[in-house]
Amino acid sequence: MSGSAAVEVFDDGAVRGFTIAAVVWGVVGMLVGVIIAAQLAWPELLGGIPWLSYGRLRPLHTNAVIFAFGGCTLFASSYYVVQRTSQVTLFAPWLAKFTFWGWQAVIVAAAVSLPLGFTQGKEYAELEWPIDLLIAVVWVSYAIVFFGTIATRRVRHIYVANWFFGAFILTVALLHIVNSAALPVGAMKSYSVYAGVQDAMVQWWYGHNAVGFFLTAGFLGMMYYFIPKQAGRPVYSYRLSIVHFWALIFTYMWAGPHHLHYTALPDWAQSVGMVFSLVLLAPSWGGMINGVMTLSGAWHKLRDDPILRFLIVSLSFYGMSTFEGPMMSIKTVNALSHYTDWTVGHVHSGALGWVGLISMGTLYWLVPRMFGRTTMYSIPAISLHFWIATIGIVLYIAAMWIAGVMQGLMWRAVNPDGTLVFSFVESVKATWPFYVTRFVGGALYLTGMLVMAWNVWKTAMSGRPEVVRVPLPQTATA
Amino acid sequence: MSDFLHGGWSVYIAVATVLGLAGCLFLLVVASRTTQMAADNTTGHVFDGDLVEMNNPLPRWWMVLFVLTVIFAVVYGVLFPTFGNMPGVLGWSSQAALERDQARALESMQPVYARFAGMAPDALAADPEARAISERLYVNQCAMCHGSDARGSKGFPNLSDGDWLHGGSHEKIVETITQGRQGVMPPMGAAVGTDEDIRNVAHYVMSLSNTPHDAARATAGKEKFVVCGACHGADGKGNPAVGAPNLTDDIWLHGAGEAAITAMIRNGKTNVMPAQAGRLTPTQIDLLAAYVGSLSKTPAR
Repeated sequence: MSGSAAVEVFDDGAVRGFTIAAVVWGVVGMLVGVIIAAQLAWPELLGGIPWLSYGRLRPLHTNAVIFAFGGCTLFASSYYVVQRTSQVTLFAPWLAKFTFWGWQAVIVAAAVSLPLGFTQGKEYAELEWPIDLLIAVVWVSYAIVFFGTIATRRVRHIYVANWFFGAFILTVALLHIVNSAALPVGAMKSYSVYAGVQDAMVQWWYGHNAVGFFLTAGFLGMMYYFIPKQAGRPVYSYRLSIVHFWALIFTYMWAGPHHLHYTALPDWAQSVGMVFSLVLLAPSWGGMINGVMTLSGAWHKLRDDPILRFLIVSLSFYGMSTFEGPMMSIKTVNALSHYTDWTVGHVHSGALGWVGLISMGTLYWLVPRMFGRTTMYSIPAISLHFWIATIGIVLYIAAMWIAGVMQGLMWRAVNPDGTLVFSFVESVKATWPFYVTRFVGGALYLTGMLVMAWNVWKTAMSGRPEVVRVPLPQTATA
Repeated sequence: MSDFLHGGWSVYIAVATVLGLAGCLFLLVVASRTTQMAADNTTGHVFDGDLVEMNNPLPRWWMVLFVLTVIFAVVYGVLFPTFGNMPGVLGWSSQAALERDQARALESMQPVYARFAGMAPDALAADPEARAISERLYVNQCAMCHGSDARGSKGFPNLSDGDWLHGGSHEKIVETITQGRQGVMPPMGAAVGTDEDIRNVAHYVMSLSNTPHDAARATAGKEKFVVCGACHGADGKGNPAVGAPNLTDDIWLHGAGEAAITAMIRNGKTNVMPAQAGRLTPTQIDLLAAYVGSLSKTPAR
């Protein structure tokens, strides 16, 4: 825009769309989660209707919360952040609009095809090949919009949040395309091009990096923008962000085999997965330190700013689950924890605690600004949401920890005659109270989300979208 | 997809692993060197109006943690198989560890079972200790299909009714448990004839056990039953040598009634009992067979 007279404005259409979609899909995805949690405690709940059976709703839950709720939050925040920190409007706005409608189409296709029973049988990559193709097209468009905006930026340096968003976008494209490579044999049926243990390894290389990049790198991007903004404090250490960025994106790539301990995967590959998972501890904590220390000198703000509370507590859960993860990847610990509900507890301390809370904090920042306001309709409602959600998380993960360790110990208990002390069904029976507790925790978390949905509705209704001009830099040296 | 059998792959991945670990340390060393970027300890960059980054040094304890995990990785990698197909110094492998654990378990079990060697099936079934062990073995290995009460369910035979597909002698039960069984009913639609013929045969089969049926159809179907007789016997009483069920006893493993029977004639069925050899010792199988054999005798006692 070489000094043109035309006023350049931020392109927030896609941001607004994704922000609202994130809240809607969050409610839907968490509702399905609560339903399947109830099904585990009361299996006959939905009367054995095939479309609503646990096996079909479970992938619907994971896809809805990860790719619909998490995905829409990532799209919204990355489009918002990259424009603000690059001081330029979005590159190819029509393509950004396409990513919005394309992504919604993917979500709807998932919501229809998964209950109907169409699945590739790969965890977190269940969607059949036609939907996979659409995902690939949308994702490449996303990359063009994002990196195009970076390329046309008006500031010399690239802000740290954008490194993380960029790494997330590039890697997810790579992960999705490699893992979903399949031979179609019908309109909604395909077979993976990999076989046997190699298929398993590719799947968990994808699966663990879906955690590392979709659910971590992207959300660290949010952390690096919204925490310093909300706290009004500088980021703690630029140098720390460099080390933990490169170490994180490098090390995550190796950690996948820890999902395949004590399987047909060669011993050396299992070991590599384990040691790199341990090395991953420090790079993960680097992000937590940088976020939490950004608050140094402004701790009092936690007392009366519920949005900041969401953001900072999310980092505590991030630190906790990135400590727990490496511990669980140690072979001897994994021998106890694997296939138990401990894994489910671990995933949810990351998903509800880290991804969920930082998303909510981010959305509470974005929603008023998308409707020409400075604050949400109700601040006490944000506070209420925070406490309901936090209590829900604690109930959920504590129940699953106890259940998981109990199951692991029950399964390995052996009598002197070589028989198992407990049959499998006895461990299921013993788990029942914890399934009920988990259901209560999940229901609380969903309730918090409903409070948020109400607050977002009220905010949107009492404001109106505003056009924001791109502030042109006074000097080019920023 | 190839199986990466060439030895070069191992060298490649070992080098990549070592370089990866070294790279982590290199990164740490580079970033820990203090360089001032601006006088106020920031980077001098400002984004979006007010976003500033301090350039504080890396926390010491964090660097120590990072280095310790890399050291652990190297030490572990030398001791255990990690760098390509290089065996670890300790010579550990998951296969050997499993075999060692299994051998230990077998050895520690030995004394418990010593007393039962050579005991007759009836004596085993009557011995309270043997019975207690057998019940545990049953719950561990059999209950998931045959049910905790041994009454089975659709597709999974009832073990307490005295109706034995493959024979109910102690030796036969041992054989079934040890080697497993494959029950095969071939699709017989074409051999039996038209759809009408199939229905008629189904009614004839129902008539054998005197379950409610259409007498006219049964009479018409009798002639076509000849092809079934090859396995089930001309009288329909079955043949344990080939695992062909008795059709006259009103026990329907895969469902009763015309629909289930015509479907069975048309489509056939393969049903599998998995072999337990390798999961259980011969003595354990002996105990289990005596116990299972006794289940259908209990009411007569």
